[in-house]
Amino acid sequence: MIMIKLRFKKQMHTPQGQEWLDVDLNIARGEFVTLFGESGAGKTTFLRVLAGLTDPQEGHIEVDGEVWFDSQKKINRRIQKRKVGFIFQENALFPHMTVRENLEYACGDKKTKGSIEEWIVSLGLKGLEDQKPDKISGGQKQRVALIRALINRPKILLLDEPLSDLDIPSRMNLQDEIIKAFQKSNITTILVSHDLSEVFKLSKKIFVIEQGKIIRSGSPQEVFVNNNFSGKFKFTGEIIEIHKDGVLNIVTLSIGNNLTKVMASDEEIAGLAIGSKVIVAAKAFNPLILPIKKGTL
Amino acid sequence: MQPLFLTFQLAVIVTAILFVLGVPLAYWIVFSKNRFKYIIETLVSMPLVLPPTVIGFYLLVVFSPTNFLGHFLETYLGVRVVFSFTGLVIGSVIFSLPFMVNPIKAGLESFPLTLMEASYCLGKSSWETLRRVILPNIKPALLTGLVMAFAHTIGEFGVVLMIGGNIPGETRLASIAIYNEVEALNYDTAGLYALLLVSISFSILLVFYYLNRKSLKIF
Repeated sequence: MIMIKLRFKKQMHTPQGQEWLDVDLNIARGEFVTLFGESGAGKTTFLRVLAGLTDPQEGHIEVDGEVWFDSQKKINRRIQKRKVGFIFQENALFPHMTVRENLEYACGDKKTKGSIEEWIVSLGLKGLEDQKPDKISGGQKQRVALIRALINRPKILLLDEPLSDLDIPSRMNLQDEIIKAFQKSNITTILVSHDLSEVFKLSKKIFVIEQGKIIRSGSPQEVFVNNNFSGKFKFTGEIIEIHKDGVLNIVTLSIGNNLTKVMASDEEIAGLAIGSKVIVAAKAFNPLILPIKKGTL
Repeated sequence: MQPLFLTFQLAVIVTAILFVLGVPLAYWIVFSKNRFKYIIETLVSMPLVLPPTVIGFYLLVVFSPTNFLGHFLETYLGVRVVFSFTGLVIGSVIFSLPFMVNPIKAGLESFPLTLMEASYCLGKSSWETLRRVILPNIKPALLTGLVMAFAHTIGEFGVVLMIGGNIPGETRLASIAIYNEVEALNYDTAGLYALLLVSISFSILLVFYYLNRKSLKIF
Protein backbone atom coordinates (compact mmCIF):
# COMPACT_ATOMS: atom_id res chain seq x y z
CA MET A 1 0.00 0.00 0.00
CA ILE A 2 1.37 3.40 -0.96
CA MET A 3 2.08 5.79 1.91
CA ILE A 4 3.92 8.61 0.16
CA LYS A 5 3.17 9.60 -3.39
CA LEU A 6 5.05 12.57 -4.68
CA ARG A 7 6.25 14.35 -7.74
CA PHE A 8 7.58 17.87 -7.66
CA LYS A 9 10.02 20.33 -9.13
CA LYS A 10 12.04 22.59 -6.89
CA GLN A 11 14.72 25.04 -7.85
CA MET A 12 17.96 24.71 -5.93
CA HIS A 13 20.87 27.11 -5.65
CA THR A 14 24.04 25.02 -5.67
CA PRO A 15 27.67 26.09 -5.95
CA GLN A 16 27.50 24.88 -9.56
CA GLY A 17 24.60 27.24 -10.26
CA GLN A 18 20.86 26.71 -10.60
CA GLU A 19 19.66 23.12 -10.58
CA TRP A 20 16.23 21.57 -10.54
CA LEU A 21 15.32 18.94 -8.03
CA ASP A 22 12.89 16.95 -10.13
CA VAL A 23 11.50 13.79 -8.54
CA ASP A 24 8.59 11.43 -8.98
CA LEU A 25 8.35 8.45 -6.66
CA ASN A 26 6.16 6.33 -4.41
CA ILE A 27 7.04 4.86 -1.05
CA ALA A 28 5.09 2.00 0.50
CA ARG A 29 3.66 2.06 4.02
CA GLY A 30 6.10 0.88 6.65
CA GLU A 31 9.06 0.99 4.31
CA PHE A 32 12.55 2.20 5.30
CA VAL A 33 14.09 3.87 2.28
CA THR A 34 17.34 5.73 1.82
CA LEU A 35 18.08 8.67 -0.38
CA PHE A 36 21.70 8.27 -1.36
CA GLY A 37 23.88 10.83 -3.09
CA GLU A 38 26.70 13.35 -2.95
CA SER A 39 26.24 16.53 -0.96
CA GLY A 40 24.47 19.14 -3.06
CA ALA A 41 22.52 16.49 -4.97
CA GLY A 42 19.26 17.64 -3.39
CA LYS A 43 18.77 15.08 -0.61
CA THR A 44 18.16 17.55 2.18
CA THR A 45 15.97 19.73 -0.05
CA PHE A 46 13.88 16.64 -0.78
CA LEU A 47 13.25 16.10 2.96
CA ARG A 48 12.54 19.79 3.54
CA VAL A 49 9.95 19.88 0.77
CA LEU A 50 8.25 16.81 2.17
CA ALA A 51 8.20 18.27 5.69
CA GLY A 52 6.83 21.60 4.44
CA LEU A 53 9.91 23.60 5.47
CA THR A 54 10.28 24.82 1.92
CA ASP A 55 7.85 24.93 -1.00
CA PRO A 56 8.45 23.40 -4.43
CA GLN A 57 7.67 25.42 -7.56
CA GLU A 58 5.21 22.82 -8.74
CA GLY A 59 4.01 19.33 -7.97
CA HIS A 60 1.75 17.11 -5.94
CA ILE A 61 2.54 15.49 -2.59
CA GLU A 62 0.22 12.99 -0.97
CA VAL A 63 0.86 11.22 2.32
CA ASP A 64 -1.44 8.61 3.82
CA GLY A 65 -4.24 9.59 1.46
CA GLU A 66 -4.07 13.29 2.41
CA VAL A 67 -2.92 15.91 -0.06
CA TRP A 68 -0.14 17.94 1.55
CA PHE A 69 0.81 19.98 -1.46
CA ASP A 70 -0.72 20.64 -4.83
CA SER A 71 0.48 23.56 -6.90
CA GLN A 72 -2.53 23.50 -9.23
CA LYS A 73 -5.19 23.31 -6.54
CA LYS A 74 -3.19 25.72 -4.36
CA ILE A 75 -3.04 23.30 -1.47
CA ASN A 76 -0.18 23.67 0.96
CA ARG A 77 -0.66 22.06 4.34
CA ARG A 78 1.20 23.84 7.15
CA ILE A 79 4.27 22.16 8.66
CA GLN A 80 2.50 21.91 12.00
CA LYS A 81 -0.35 19.91 10.48
CA ARG A 82 1.81 17.49 8.50
CA LYS A 83 2.85 15.34 11.46
CA VAL A 84 6.38 14.51 10.38
CA GLY A 85 9.16 13.45 12.69
CA PHE A 86 12.30 15.24 11.51
CA ILE A 87 15.79 14.55 12.77
CA PHE A 88 18.26 17.20 11.71
CA GLN A 89 21.94 16.67 11.07
CA GLU A 90 22.82 18.94 13.97
CA ASN A 91 20.21 17.33 16.32
CA ALA A 92 18.41 20.67 16.97
CA LEU A 93 17.67 19.97 20.63
CA PHE A 94 16.50 23.08 22.46
CA PRO A 95 19.59 24.17 24.42
CA HIS A 96 17.70 25.83 27.29
CA MET A 97 15.66 22.73 28.08
CA THR A 98 16.80 19.54 29.81
CA VAL A 99 16.46 16.17 28.10
CA ARG A 100 13.11 15.62 29.79
CA GLU A 101 11.85 19.13 28.98
CA ASN A 102 12.81 18.65 25.34
CA LEU A 103 10.69 15.50 25.25
CA GLU A 104 7.81 17.04 27.20
CA TYR A 105 7.73 19.94 24.76
CA ALA A 106 7.19 17.48 21.93
CA CYS A 107 4.29 15.70 23.63
CA GLY A 108 0.82 16.71 22.54
CA ASP A 109 -1.09 15.32 25.50
CA LYS A 110 -0.76 13.82 28.98
CA LYS A 111 -0.88 10.26 27.74
CA THR A 112 2.14 10.77 25.51
CA LYS A 113 3.96 12.39 28.42
CA GLY A 114 3.46 9.18 30.33
CA SER A 115 5.50 7.30 27.76
CA ILE A 116 8.62 9.47 28.17
CA GLU A 117 10.00 7.31 30.96
CA GLU A 118 9.68 4.15 28.89
CA TRP A 119 11.47 5.73 25.92
CA ILE A 120 14.27 7.08 28.12
CA VAL A 121 14.90 3.66 29.59
CA SER A 122 14.71 1.78 26.31
CA LEU A 123 17.24 4.08 24.63
CA GLY A 124 19.65 3.97 27.55
CA LEU A 125 19.27 7.59 28.63
CA LYS A 126 18.33 6.87 32.25
CA GLY A 127 20.05 9.28 34.60
CA LEU A 128 20.48 11.97 31.95
CA GLU A 129 16.90 13.30 32.07
CA ASP A 130 17.84 16.46 33.93
CA GLN A 131 20.92 17.31 31.87
CA LYS A 132 20.97 20.09 29.33
CA PRO A 133 21.93 19.03 25.77
CA ASP A 134 25.43 20.56 25.97
CA LYS A 135 26.26 18.19 28.84
CA ILE A 136 25.63 14.96 26.93
CA SER A 137 27.50 13.27 24.07
CA GLY A 138 26.69 13.55 20.37
CA GLY A 139 25.27 10.04 20.28
CA GLN A 140 23.08 10.69 23.32
CA LYS A 141 21.81 13.92 21.77
CA GLN A 142 20.72 12.10 18.64
CA ARG A 143 18.93 9.50 20.79
CA VAL A 144 17.00 12.28 22.47
CA ALA A 145 16.26 13.72 19.02
CA LEU A 146 15.07 10.28 17.90
CA ILE A 147 12.67 9.99 20.83
CA ARG A 148 11.50 13.58 20.37
CA ALA A 149 10.70 12.88 16.72
CA LEU A 150 8.90 9.61 17.41
CA ILE A 151 7.05 10.21 20.67
CA ASN A 152 4.03 11.85 19.08
CA ARG A 153 3.65 9.02 16.58
CA PRO A 154 4.25 10.98 13.36
CA LYS A 155 3.00 9.70 10.03
CA ILE A 156 6.47 9.64 8.55
CA LEU A 157 9.99 9.91 9.93
CA LEU A 158 12.63 11.92 8.08
CA LEU A 159 16.29 11.51 9.00
CA ASP A 160 18.72 14.03 7.55
CA GLU A 161 22.14 12.38 7.93
CA PRO A 162 21.60 12.09 11.68
CA LEU A 163 24.74 10.03 12.19
CA SER A 164 27.25 11.95 10.11
CA ASP A 165 28.74 13.90 13.00
CA LEU A 166 29.26 10.87 15.23
CA ASP A 167 32.32 8.69 15.75
CA ILE A 168 32.19 5.14 14.43
CA PRO A 169 31.24 3.23 17.63
CA SER A 170 28.35 5.56 18.51
CA ARG A 171 27.29 5.60 14.89
CA MET A 172 27.01 1.79 14.81
CA ASN A 173 25.24 1.87 18.12
CA LEU A 174 22.70 4.41 16.97
CA GLN A 175 22.12 2.51 13.73
CA ASP A 176 20.98 -0.40 15.90
CA GLU A 177 18.73 1.92 17.89
CA ILE A 178 17.19 3.27 14.70
CA ILE A 179 16.50 -0.25 13.48
CA LYS A 180 14.95 -1.11 16.85
CA ALA A 181 12.81 2.01 16.91
CA PHE A 182 11.75 1.43 13.34
CA GLN A 183 10.73 -2.16 14.02
CA LYS A 184 8.85 -1.12 17.14
CA SER A 185 6.93 1.76 15.57
CA ASN A 186 6.83 0.63 11.95
CA ILE A 187 6.77 4.24 10.78
CA THR A 188 7.50 4.89 7.13
CA THR A 189 11.02 6.31 7.22
CA ILE A 190 13.22 8.18 4.78
CA LEU A 191 16.91 8.40 5.57
CA VAL A 192 19.34 10.68 3.80
CA SER A 193 22.86 9.36 3.77
CA HIS A 194 26.06 9.14 1.82
CA ASP A 195 27.55 6.36 3.92
CA LEU A 196 27.40 3.05 2.04
CA SER A 197 27.69 0.72 5.02
CA GLU A 198 24.88 2.58 6.72
CA VAL A 199 22.67 2.22 3.68
CA PHE A 200 23.27 -1.52 3.49
CA LYS A 201 22.64 -1.97 7.18
CA LEU A 202 19.49 0.10 7.50
CA SER A 203 17.39 0.10 4.40
CA LYS A 204 15.73 -2.33 2.07
CA LYS A 205 15.20 0.18 -0.67
CA ILE A 206 17.32 2.99 -1.94
CA PHE A 207 17.00 5.89 -4.33
CA VAL A 208 20.23 7.24 -5.80
CA ILE A 209 20.00 10.95 -6.43
CA GLU A 210 22.40 12.90 -8.62
CA GLN A 211 22.11 16.58 -9.57
CA GLY A 212 18.48 16.64 -8.50
CA LYS A 213 17.37 13.54 -10.40
CA ILE A 214 16.75 10.00 -9.15
CA ILE A 215 19.06 7.99 -11.37
CA ARG A 216 18.61 4.49 -9.89
CA SER A 217 16.46 2.74 -7.35
CA GLY A 218 16.12 -0.73 -5.89
CA SER A 219 17.56 -2.78 -3.06
CA PRO A 220 21.10 -1.80 -2.00
CA GLN A 221 22.38 -5.00 -3.61
CA GLU A 222 20.69 -4.28 -6.91
CA VAL A 223 21.78 -0.68 -6.98
CA PHE A 224 25.37 -0.97 -5.93
CA VAL A 225 26.63 -4.50 -6.24
CA ASN A 226 25.19 -5.31 -9.64
CA ASN A 227 25.54 -1.98 -11.35
CA ASN A 228 28.48 -0.31 -9.90
CA PHE A 229 31.10 -2.55 -8.48
CA SER A 230 31.16 -5.63 -10.69
CA GLY A 231 33.37 -7.27 -8.10
CA LYS A 232 36.27 -4.97 -8.77
CA PHE A 233 38.29 -2.91 -6.39
CA LYS A 234 37.51 0.74 -6.93
CA PHE A 235 37.73 3.97 -4.94
CA THR A 236 37.51 7.64 -5.65
CA GLY A 237 40.25 9.88 -4.35
CA GLU A 238 42.03 13.17 -4.78
CA ILE A 239 45.61 13.78 -5.88
CA ILE A 240 47.70 15.35 -3.13
CA GLU A 241 51.16 15.20 -4.69
CA ILE A 242 52.86 13.98 -7.87
CA HIS A 243 56.51 13.08 -7.50
CA LYS A 244 58.65 12.07 -10.49
CA ASP A 245 60.92 9.16 -9.75
CA GLY A 246 62.95 7.99 -12.75
CA VAL A 247 60.66 6.85 -15.54
CA LEU A 248 57.65 6.55 -13.25
CA ASN A 249 55.64 8.96 -11.13
CA ILE A 250 54.64 8.38 -7.55
CA VAL A 251 51.20 9.84 -7.02
CA THR A 252 50.01 10.47 -3.46
CA LEU A 253 46.26 10.19 -3.12
CA SER A 254 43.80 10.92 -0.39
CA ILE A 255 41.03 8.31 -0.27
CA GLY A 256 38.51 8.80 2.49
CA ASN A 257 40.67 9.54 5.52
CA ASN A 258 43.71 7.65 4.26
CA LEU A 259 46.72 8.60 2.21
CA THR A 260 48.13 6.14 -0.26
CA LYS A 261 50.82 6.11 -2.97
CA VAL A 262 50.26 4.73 -6.44
CA MET A 263 52.78 4.40 -9.29
CA ALA A 264 51.75 5.87 -12.61
CA SER A 265 53.34 6.38 -16.02
CA ASP A 266 53.60 9.80 -17.65
CA GLU A 267 50.71 8.93 -19.97
CA GLU A 268 48.46 7.96 -17.10
CA ILE A 269 48.92 11.25 -15.29
CA ALA A 270 48.71 13.41 -18.40
CA GLY A 271 46.11 16.09 -17.74
CA LEU A 272 46.03 15.42 -13.99
CA ALA A 273 47.17 17.90 -11.39
CA ILE A 274 47.13 18.29 -7.62
CA GLY A 275 43.51 18.39 -6.55
CA SER A 276 42.22 16.30 -9.48
CA LYS A 277 39.56 13.76 -8.58
CA VAL A 278 40.44 10.28 -9.79
CA ILE A 279 39.25 6.69 -9.57
CA VAL A 280 41.72 4.18 -8.20
CA ALA A 281 40.94 0.68 -9.41
CA ALA A 282 42.70 -2.67 -9.44
CA LYS A 283 41.95 -5.43 -11.90
CA ALA A 284 44.54 -8.11 -11.64
CA PHE A 285 44.59 -9.03 -7.98
CA ASN A 286 42.06 -9.77 -5.34
CA PRO A 287 42.22 -7.33 -2.41
CA LEU A 288 42.53 -8.76 1.09
CA ILE A 289 40.01 -8.03 3.82
CA LEU A 290 41.52 -7.92 7.29
CA PRO A 291 39.63 -7.15 10.51
CA ILE A 292 40.67 -4.03 12.41
CA LYS A 293 41.45 -4.58 16.08
CA LYS A 294 39.41 -2.47 18.47
CA GLY A 295 41.18 0.65 19.60
CA THR A 296 43.49 0.93 16.60
CA LEU A 297 41.15 3.18 14.67
CA MET B 1 13.45 64.62 44.51
CA GLN B 2 10.29 64.79 42.44
CA PRO B 3 12.08 65.19 39.06
CA LEU B 4 14.13 62.05 39.77
CA PHE B 5 11.08 60.07 40.75
CA LEU B 6 9.31 61.25 37.60
CA THR B 7 12.30 60.27 35.45
CA PHE B 8 12.29 56.71 36.74
CA GLN B 9 8.53 56.44 36.51
CA LEU B 10 8.79 57.47 32.86
CA ALA B 11 11.68 55.08 32.19
CA VAL B 12 9.79 52.11 33.67
CA ILE B 13 6.60 52.81 31.73
CA VAL B 14 8.45 53.49 28.47
CA THR B 15 10.61 50.35 28.81
CA ALA B 16 7.53 48.20 29.47
CA ILE B 17 5.71 49.60 26.42
CA LEU B 18 8.81 49.23 24.27
CA PHE B 19 9.26 45.60 25.28
CA VAL B 20 5.70 44.72 24.31
CA LEU B 21 6.12 46.65 21.07
CA GLY B 22 9.76 45.78 20.32
CA VAL B 23 9.57 41.99 20.34
CA PRO B 24 6.84 41.64 17.66
CA LEU B 25 8.34 44.48 15.62
CA ALA B 26 11.83 42.94 15.63
CA TYR B 27 10.32 39.52 14.87
CA TRP B 28 8.44 40.95 11.92
CA ILE B 29 11.50 42.78 10.59
CA VAL B 30 13.65 39.64 10.77
CA PHE B 31 11.22 36.98 9.54
CA SER B 32 8.73 38.77 7.32
CA LYS B 33 9.08 38.18 3.60
CA ASN B 34 7.54 41.58 2.86
CA ARG B 35 9.56 43.36 0.18
CA PHE B 36 9.15 46.75 1.80
CA LYS B 37 10.18 45.85 5.31
CA TYR B 38 13.38 47.83 4.95
CA ILE B 39 11.23 50.98 5.02
CA ILE B 40 9.99 50.09 8.50
CA GLU B 41 13.54 49.16 9.45
CA THR B 42 14.70 52.62 8.38
CA LEU B 43 11.93 54.38 10.27
CA VAL B 44 12.77 52.48 13.46
CA SER B 45 16.38 53.62 13.25
CA MET B 46 15.65 57.27 12.41
CA PRO B 47 15.86 58.47 16.04
CA LEU B 48 19.48 57.31 16.06
CA VAL B 49 20.49 59.91 13.48
CA LEU B 50 18.01 62.76 13.93
CA PRO B 51 18.55 65.52 16.48
CA PRO B 52 16.04 64.92 19.32
CA THR B 53 14.64 68.39 18.75
CA VAL B 54 13.49 67.39 15.26
CA ILE B 55 11.44 64.50 16.61
CA GLY B 56 10.17 66.70 19.42
CA PHE B 57 9.17 69.39 16.95
CA TYR B 58 7.17 67.01 14.76
CA LEU B 59 5.46 65.47 17.77
CA LEU B 60 4.55 68.93 18.95
CA VAL B 61 3.07 69.77 15.57
CA VAL B 62 1.19 66.47 15.16
CA PHE B 63 -0.31 66.48 18.65
CA SER B 64 -0.99 70.18 18.89
CA PRO B 65 -4.70 70.76 19.77
CA THR B 66 -4.94 73.07 16.78
CA ASN B 67 -4.19 70.18 14.43
CA PHE B 68 -6.36 67.23 13.49
CA LEU B 69 -4.91 64.41 15.61
CA GLY B 70 -4.34 66.54 18.69
CA HIS B 71 -7.81 68.04 18.38
CA PHE B 72 -9.40 64.62 17.90
CA LEU B 73 -7.64 63.12 20.95
CA GLU B 74 -8.57 66.03 23.16
CA THR B 75 -12.20 66.40 22.07
CA TYR B 76 -13.21 62.76 21.85
CA LEU B 77 -10.88 60.94 24.23
CA GLY B 78 -10.06 63.75 26.60
CA VAL B 79 -6.34 63.09 26.19
CA ARG B 80 -3.94 65.96 25.91
CA VAL B 81 -0.55 64.91 24.61
CA VAL B 82 1.48 68.09 24.42
CA PHE B 83 2.92 69.41 27.67
CA SER B 84 1.73 66.35 29.61
CA PHE B 85 3.17 63.12 30.98
CA THR B 86 1.35 61.20 28.24
CA GLY B 87 3.29 63.24 25.71
CA LEU B 88 6.56 62.34 27.42
CA VAL B 89 5.67 58.66 27.21
CA ILE B 90 4.80 58.85 23.50
CA GLY B 91 7.90 60.89 22.65
CA SER B 92 10.20 58.63 24.65
CA VAL B 93 8.74 55.46 23.13
CA ILE B 94 9.46 56.76 19.65
CA PHE B 95 12.85 58.12 20.57
CA SER B 96 14.07 54.96 22.34
CA LEU B 97 12.51 52.51 19.89
CA PRO B 98 15.77 51.58 18.09
CA PHE B 99 17.48 50.92 21.41
CA MET B 100 14.94 48.18 22.12
CA VAL B 101 14.36 46.87 18.60
CA ASN B 102 17.91 46.69 17.29
CA PRO B 103 19.39 44.40 19.99
CA ILE B 104 16.38 42.07 19.77
CA LYS B 105 16.68 42.08 15.99
CA ALA B 106 20.35 41.10 16.27
CA GLY B 107 19.42 38.32 18.71
CA LEU B 108 16.76 36.95 16.39
CA GLU B 109 19.04 37.12 13.36
CA SER B 110 21.67 34.99 15.04
CA PHE B 111 19.12 32.49 16.35
CA PRO B 112 19.55 29.11 14.61
CA LEU B 113 16.74 28.57 12.13
CA THR B 114 16.91 24.81 12.63
CA LEU B 115 15.58 25.18 16.18
CA MET B 116 12.52 27.03 14.92
CA GLU B 117 11.98 24.43 12.24
CA ALA B 118 12.35 21.63 14.78
CA SER B 119 9.64 23.27 16.87
CA TYR B 120 7.32 23.65 13.85
CA CYS B 121 7.83 19.97 12.98
CA LEU B 122 6.69 19.14 16.52
CA GLY B 123 3.40 20.83 15.66
CA LYS B 124 4.02 24.06 17.57
CA SER B 125 2.68 27.38 16.27
CA SER B 126 4.89 30.42 15.57
CA TRP B 127 3.61 32.05 18.76
CA GLU B 128 4.39 29.06 20.95
CA THR B 129 7.79 28.71 19.28
CA LEU B 130 8.55 32.37 19.92
CA ARG B 131 7.48 32.17 23.55
CA ARG B 132 8.96 28.83 24.54
CA VAL B 133 11.94 28.37 22.23
CA ILE B 134 13.16 31.67 20.79
CA LEU B 135 12.77 34.16 23.64
CA PRO B 136 14.38 31.95 26.32
CA ASN B 137 17.39 31.54 24.02
CA ILE B 138 17.92 35.22 23.26
CA LYS B 139 17.81 36.46 26.86
CA PRO B 140 21.06 38.43 26.52
CA ALA B 141 19.60 40.35 23.56
CA LEU B 142 16.35 40.98 25.44
CA LEU B 143 18.23 42.23 28.47
CA THR B 144 20.39 44.48 26.31
CA GLY B 145 17.24 45.96 24.77
CA LEU B 146 15.62 46.50 28.18
CA VAL B 147 18.67 48.13 29.73
CA MET B 148 19.47 50.30 26.72
CA ALA B 149 15.89 51.53 26.38
CA PHE B 150 15.68 52.24 30.12
CA ALA B 151 19.03 54.02 30.30
CA HIS B 152 18.36 55.98 27.14
CA THR B 153 15.02 57.21 28.47
CA ILE B 154 16.68 58.41 31.65
CA GLY B 155 19.23 60.32 29.62
CA GLU B 156 16.75 62.08 27.36
CA PHE B 157 16.56 65.83 27.11
CA GLY B 158 15.68 67.28 23.72
CA VAL B 159 12.53 65.36 22.86
CA VAL B 160 11.01 65.63 26.31
CA LEU B 161 11.74 69.33 26.57
CA MET B 162 10.08 69.98 23.21
CA ILE B 163 6.93 67.98 23.80
CA GLY B 164 6.69 68.12 27.60
CA GLY B 165 8.02 71.51 28.51
CA ASN B 166 8.96 72.14 32.10
CA ILE B 167 5.91 71.67 34.33
CA PRO B 168 6.86 70.70 37.91
CA GLY B 169 5.45 67.32 38.91
CA GLU B 170 4.10 66.69 35.43
CA THR B 171 6.89 66.95 32.87
CA ARG B 172 9.91 68.27 34.74
CA LEU B 173 12.30 65.35 34.53
CA ALA B 174 15.70 65.19 36.19
CA SER B 175 17.56 66.19 33.04
CA ILE B 176 15.31 69.20 32.57
CA ALA B 177 15.46 70.10 36.26
CA ILE B 178 19.26 70.25 36.05
CA TYR B 179 19.05 72.67 33.13
CA ASN B 180 16.47 74.69 35.01
CA GLU B 181 18.53 74.93 38.21
CA VAL B 182 21.65 75.94 36.29
CA GLU B 183 19.74 78.71 34.56
CA ALA B 184 18.56 79.91 38.00
CA LEU B 185 22.22 79.68 39.17
CA ASN B 186 21.33 77.00 41.77
CA TYR B 187 24.50 74.99 41.19
CA ASP B 188 24.13 72.96 44.39
CA THR B 189 20.74 71.52 43.48
CA ALA B 190 21.83 70.97 39.88
CA GLY B 191 24.95 69.19 41.14
CA LEU B 192 22.90 66.94 43.39
CA TYR B 193 20.58 65.89 40.55
CA ALA B 194 23.53 65.36 38.24
CA LEU B 195 25.41 63.25 40.78
CA LEU B 196 22.35 61.11 41.48
CA LEU B 197 21.72 60.56 37.77
CA VAL B 198 25.36 59.61 37.20
CA SER B 199 25.46 57.16 40.10
CA ILE B 200 22.15 55.50 39.28
CA SER B 201 22.94 55.16 35.57
CA PHE B 202 26.40 53.88 36.41
CA SER B 203 24.96 51.23 38.75
CA ILE B 204 22.42 50.04 36.20
CA LEU B 205 25.03 49.63 33.47
CA LEU B 206 27.50 48.08 35.89
CA VAL B 207 25.03 45.41 36.99
CA PHE B 208 24.10 44.81 33.34
CA TYR B 209 27.66 44.26 32.15
CA TYR B 210 28.41 42.10 35.18
CA LEU B 211 25.41 39.88 34.40
CA ASN B 212 26.36 39.72 30.73
CA ARG B 213 29.82 38.51 31.68
CA LYS B 214 28.31 35.72 33.70
CA SER B 215 26.50 34.68 30.50
CA LEU B 216 23.19 35.30 32.21
CA LYS B 217 23.32 31.90 33.88
CA ILE B 218 21.36 33.25 36.82
CA PHE B 219 18.24 33.89 34.75
